Amino acid sequence: MKTALKRDATSEEDSGVRAGARSAVKSARASRTNSAVRGPGGLSVRLDVRALTVVVLLLLAALAASVVLIGTGDFPIPAGDVLKTLLGDGNAGQEFIVNELRLPRVLVGLLVGASLGLGGALFQALSRNPLGSPDILGLGQGATAGALVMIVLFSGDAGQVTVGALVGGLATGLAIYLLAWNRGVHGYRLVLVGIGMSAIMTAVNGYLLTKADLVDAARSVVWMTGSLSGRDWAQVWPLLALCAVLVPLVLANGRGLRMMEMGDDVSYALGVRVERVRLLLMLSAVLLTAAATAAAGPVSFVALTAPQLARRLTRSPGPNLLPSLCMGAALLVTADWISQRVFGADQLPVGVVTGVLGGVYLLWLLVTERKAGRI
Amino acid sequence: MLVDSPTEQRAESPSAPPTRRTIRAVGLLVSVLILVVVALASIAIGAKQLSLGEVWHGLFESSGTYGDVVVDDRISRTVLGLLAGAALGLAGAVLQALTRNPLADPGLLGINAGASAAVVTAITFFGVTSLSGYVWFAFLGAATVGAMVWFLGGSRGATPVRLALAGTAISAALYGYLQAVMIMDDAALNKMRFWTVGSLTSATDSTIRQVLPFLVVGMVLALALARPLNAMEMGDDTAKALGANLNRTRVLSMLAATVLCGAATAACGPIVFVGLMVPHVVRSFTGPDLRWILPYAAVLSPVLLLGADVLGRIVARPSELQVGIVTAILGGPVFIFLVRRRRTAQL
Repeated sequence: MKTALKRDATSEEDSGVRAGARSAVKSARASRTNSAVRGPGGLSVRLDVRALTVVVLLLLAALAASVVLIGTGDFPIPAGDVLKTLLGDGNAGQEFIVNELRLPRVLVGLLVGASLGLGGALFQALSRNPLGSPDILGLGQGATAGALVMIVLFSGDAGQVTVGALVGGLATGLAIYLLAWNRGVHGYRLVLVGIGMSAIMTAVNGYLLTKADLVDAARSVVWMTGSLSGRDWAQVWPLLALCAVLVPLVLANGRGLRMMEMGDDVSYALGVRVERVRLLLMLSAVLLTAAATAAAGPVSFVALTAPQLARRLTRSPGPNLLPSLCMGAALLVTADWISQRVFGADQLPVGVVTGVLGGVYLLWLLVTERKAGRI
Repeated sequence: MLVDSPTEQRAESPSAPPTRRTIRAVGLLVSVLILVVVALASIAIGAKQLSLGEVWHGLFESSGTYGDVVVDDRISRTVLGLLAGAALGLAGAVLQALTRNPLADPGLLGINAGASAAVVTAITFFGVTSLSGYVWFAFLGAATVGAMVWFLGGSRGATPVRLALAGTAISAALYGYLQAVMIMDDAALNKMRFWTVGSLTSATDSTIRQVLPFLVVGMVLALALARPLNAMEMGDDTAKALGANLNRTRVLSMLAATVLCGAATAACGPIVFVGLMVPHVVRSFTGPDLRWILPYAAVLSPVLLLGADVLGRIVARPSELQVGIVTAILGGPVFIFLVRRRRTAQL
């Protein structure tokens, strides 16, 4: 009830209905968290103070966790020295460790987390389901199939595995979209087609694993869990370039996505070209997820949990794209730090930590959502 | 037993036109014949091809020739396929009726993942290597996850999406655990990578003897539930008005499905989609009456499972493709087809 009212109020603001047209109750409710910055000539920008605060705090948390993570390892470096080295003021040994070994790994972690968080938020908004994340839709399994083909059949090196995963993820995403298409793509069909796809891909992966020798199988399982170890600058640049293109594109279409949450007919009447926006956003989400998976493996649950956590922090019903992105980055880097602290340097990959944390979170989510009658 | 059941039921439903009942009974007989043919094929086809004469010799006049040894080896595999297939089909039909959900399947509902997680725990942490140990762990895992999915997804009016998502989510979490264990323990990885795909190769006489009591109890229970489940399908209020005991039926159905899936999974590893596809296909020609769906599912599911097993031996000769892989690759597209055919509003 409360969220419905709030959604109503924000959407009216979105569609440009001016203050005079709003009822007093709604404007009072809206002004608690939202305020508008009004410029000359009747231009105004809505400012969600709470969401902005959350984004800033999450960014700070992600950066702080990154600094701590750079200082963690067999050769610990205090946080102050890490900052000094990053600013180009450290000694030669620290500079090598920070700039060549640990910084690229942390950057890959940040970018992968951000991509997964944003991709997850997009998928959840498009499928209108809090559980409609790329893990469950089979994108992770598709990328895994691509990577396993490279590892098992061609004994490929890291670069070839990355390409294989990218191709596998994109092909699976495309197949899910086409199979779910029937005069438009609807949330439930998308989820169920994804579940079927995921089962097929799991079988393919199982087959490839039985065909591998034990060394390749062990390597495959590590890749399938998702790991950041040994990532270098070669992985950073493509991911950064992709994010630089896709993140602004997605954020620019966030308004249409928010209106689409009210249903296709309403948003069409409000001037959103529904199928076009949906195709564009879904393509972006598939690209982001596939690229992140190619770089780090199918790190589980980040895409599922980041948007949900972000939504609970901002208390905003919209798709929460930017907060989810920051939350994903903070989550992944923190999980990598936990895996290094708890299990020792590079004993267990980061995917194990996100899997355990995510599993616990998921059960809690299922219970609360069921109590609230939302799923 | 399965062949006899339609004759008793004929007396119980006098309203149905007799021709339709005859057709259904004849259809069931034909299905049994098909099952016999597939079972014979499963004994004859493989790395060493046997003629029908050799199969006959091995089955009834066994004298220890090379062919007889091969037949002996393949008999236990075929029997396990028969039992496990019937178990999965019945479990799927019961779950679909119980949840009023045409997409319910032991695999989708996470019961298989629960059994897998329990078995990997047994291998790694308790050092269990024998099947008699696996069975109990697989049961425990299947029962726990079955109860969890039921509680989280469906206890207040199960919708397909709610149950499928609860099952898939719990499966995802359990597979995370499975991977962590396999990373830490190479020996477990080496066992589990063959176990998790689902195969009939592990079948021996002792395997069958261990799971047989559970399977028989589960099958009898499932077949006995046909009438109360029929009442349940009309909605809770109508079922209550007709005198069905809702809670007892629900608990017994979950119990039957869990026992059947747990035992089948313990013996063969997780096999998906058999329980989903067969009851669906069956319903399309028997109609919604479970007194027909259940016997048909029990006969036709082993046809699918053994057929997939034979297919796996043919396509990858002289090696073989595990039956779980074949059923998933055949079943996935069928699942997607079913999802596409139904209108979104109904889901």
